Amino acid sequence: MADLTLLRRSPLETPFVSMAGLRVDPDSDGARSIEGVLGAALPRQCGVVTRNGAHSVLWLGPDEWLFVSEAETRSLVADLRAATVDAHAAVVDLSANRAVFELAGVNARKVLEKGCPVDLHPRVLADDTAVSTTLARVPVLLWKVDETLFRILPRSSFAPYVESWLRDAMEEFAPWDQSGS
Amino acid sequence: MLQLKCPWCGPRDETEYHYGGQAHVPYPEDPSALTDQEWAQYLFFRDNPKGPFAERWSHTIGCRRWFNVIRDTRTYEVLAVYTATDPRPDVASGGQA
Ligand SMILES: [Zn+2]
Repeated sequence: MADLTLLRRSPLETPFVSMAGLRVDPDSDGARSIEGVLGAALPRQCGVVTRNGAHSVLWLGPDEWLFVSEAETRSLVADLRAATVDAHAAVVDLSANRAVFELAGVNARKVLEKGCPVDLHPRVLADDTAVSTTLARVPVLLWKVDETLFRILPRSSFAPYVESWLRDAMEEFAPWDQSGS
Repeated sequence: MLQLKCPWCGPRDETEYHYGGQAHVPYPEDPSALTDQEWAQYLFFRDNPKGPFAERWSHTIGCRRWFNVIRDTRTYEVLAVYTATDPRPDVASGGQA
């Protein structure tokens, strides 16, 4: 069997992350059903990320969230759909809609500050915060895990552009490796 | 660069937003009852004040919500930000008359 990791477009990219879009009124029974299945609260505030094991829920808007997981989630998404079948809610499998890049290292923030309008200083952007913004002028979901690890989620069609932008922005911080590998 | 405070996401640069023109322009109760002139007035004519102006903005890059801003067109000072369901706040002009 072929090595599926070869499908990764870049060594910077984390492959096969499961994602689902969740839309529901946060004050409804549908929201409570979703939270019961997820085992995590739907964040009620911009930037907040909630977790349950390998599952994370990211705030996208007052009635919109992105569920992200590194676990296999096919049955969980089916459970979410089943739990909301009578609710005014939407559960949509969005795996592969966004690429996931991980930028790690002490200079990660300096790299991102070259092309992101959000204030990334820790006094403004706390650890484990995810915000929708732009990087290098394209829309991304920027997820700060901590000062030395950021996840960057552009739409998949923007992934090659974001990758080449990141490589260029990183270059000055890695003078010992100019090979581009 | 204008910076607007999204009611849901907080302060973000203008590049994250999309402009939506004058706020508080109600859709006509019965469009078919309007004369062509009244319909054209609704569709195409907007105020162009020198001073506070209530306008719509959408946080397209962020939470994708529409909201209203009162901005002084002379100074670009943002006098109020409020959601589409809030009444228009009574703000005085922020700058010199
Ligand atoms: Zn917003």
